[in-house]
Amino acid sequence: MSTAELMDFDKAIELFEPVLGFEVHVELNTKTKMFSSAPNPAAPGADAGEPNTMVTPVCLGLPGSLPVVNEQAIRFSISLGLALGCDIAPSSRFARKNYFYPDLAKNYQISQYDEPIAHDGAVEVELPNGRTVRVEIERAHMEEDAGKLTHVGGATGRIQGADYSLVDYNRAGVPLVEIVTKMISGAEHDAPELAKAYVSTIRDIVVALGISEARMERGNLRCDANVSLSPRGSGKLGTRTETKNVNSLRSVERAIRFEIQRQAAILAAGGTIIQETRHWHEDSGTTSAGRPKSDADDYRYFPEPDLLPVEPSAALIEELRSALPEPPAERRRRLKDAWGFTDLEFQDVVNSGLLVEVESTVAAGASPAQARKWWTGEIARIANQDSVDPSSLVSPSDVAALVSLVESGELTDRLARQVLEGVIAGEGSPADVVEKRGLKVVSDDGALIAAIDEALAAQPDILEKIRDGKVQAAGAVIGAVMKAMHGQADAARVRELVLERATGSAAER
Amino acid sequence: MSATNPSPLDAAQVAHLANLARIALTPEEIEKLTGELGVIIESIAKVSEVATPDVPATSHPIRLANVFRADVPGETLTVEQALSGAPERDGDRFKVSAILGEEQ
Repeated sequence: MSTAELMDFDKAIELFEPVLGFEVHVELNTKTKMFSSAPNPAAPGADAGEPNTMVTPVCLGLPGSLPVVNEQAIRFSISLGLALGCDIAPSSRFARKNYFYPDLAKNYQISQYDEPIAHDGAVEVELPNGRTVRVEIERAHMEEDAGKLTHVGGATGRIQGADYSLVDYNRAGVPLVEIVTKMISGAEHDAPELAKAYVSTIRDIVVALGISEARMERGNLRCDANVSLSPRGSGKLGTRTETKNVNSLRSVERAIRFEIQRQAAILAAGGTIIQETRHWHEDSGTTSAGRPKSDADDYRYFPEPDLLPVEPSAALIEELRSALPEPPAERRRRLKDAWGFTDLEFQDVVNSGLLVEVESTVAAGASPAQARKWWTGEIARIANQDSVDPSSLVSPSDVAALVSLVESGELTDRLARQVLEGVIAGEGSPADVVEKRGLKVVSDDGALIAAIDEALAAQPDILEKIRDGKVQAAGAVIGAVMKAMHGQADAARVRELVLERATGSAAER
Repeated sequence: MSATNPSPLDAAQVAHLANLARIALTPEEIEKLTGELGVIIESIAKVSEVATPDVPATSHPIRLANVFRADVPGETLTVEQALSGAPERDGDRFKVSAILGEEQ
């Protein structure tokens, strides 16, 4: 689909009411998988691992192997349900979702069907313009993640035309909670921003609970976005599409905007929307048709005979409820006060989805103002340029270390930006980059004075000018010294030294 | 299967199930299975005759719940063990036919 076939967004909203729905998958960061004692690649500090090294007979669906539920995953799921304002089911059960596809070796996924662990909740989502939207949660259920397929052959490397597929089952069995919203209407023009803000809110909640690493670029948090358009005044719901593979906050917003514009153009031209899965393409900012919703969605769910019901006691639920972190809205109020930000400064952080990053950076020792400056400034700029989320570029502890180097005078802002580049390029911690690239500020006054003398010798009239009160003339010397020092000098200190020299020389006369 | 007692399953349903399970069946096989699976369904259906709405479905003979495992990593298979039953492998991964479908 070319952009020519898109309707202008404002026009689309004028003609149609967008109705949204989200399914967010959260990988829990337990030490082991949902139903087996294999190490969890989504655990803190873990990675995807070498192929098929984090598997047990259960992960491979080998005959005779039996699943056993991870108690910590149950506790995490209940905590998440409670944080989403859900009721926790006194009894819930696992079910088999049957489908024949090699990302799970059993030919079924253990999930929950008609008896999810949590249901009927709501979260308050704050939009960039200050509006708050209540998003109702239909259910949150537990399931296992699937293995990772790599399609080989074919022209594009995508599944169409692939010759064969390679399977790594390390991810098979990672504990997941799927959060399903009710239909969200009334978002109107704010629909794309609401989508981003909703996923950001879920991310903030799971991070605050400490139950997921929540790195979207690693697939710890994944969003499927449903969009349909209802012609204004028709009172009829439109046909929905489900866009998958949306793996950054920024893409969630873009994907919703694109789907609204695409569907509006088709409907306005008298066409019909096909109920289908659509794939999001980060590079082109478009979606393309996947498989139609059809017979393939016939999953023949039935209760999982290898597992027993989960019946959390009221005491357990209350224990977990009392341990919940403060609700996001209260947390935002508290942080704003603690950091002393203006409304605008704080909104800037929230809208950029950087609250967690700034908070963690402050916790790691940086001042709130510096933490905000780096995240919403240089880091956000680079992230935007590379079309990635800022949080994927650098860790809060590295940002705090960088800020500390600037505050101690070891780096100027300019040098710090170069250090940041190095950290993002994977050259190590800020201290490592300073060391490797030799980026320390020249804080040796002797070296600076030598450079100043050289610059003054080249422009002998400058001292006179300064003495005559034309202080701005010092700029030429400062420029020359900074150049001689390859930028690795503190300009404020150079200025001080130049002025000292001028006045000092005056006193000698 | 007599004409007065038609199979509770028709050929189209069997073809649909075969398609879901990615099993290629000939028309003869579909016809044969429609009859055979019908008998099984009828036998199982006997249970419904005694089930009443106030009796919850039983998934386990003994009333048990909350059987959990502590979140402690255990032994894993080696790559060689994991792949020992693979019909085909490519490096340390399972090699399977490309299937037009997608991750769920």
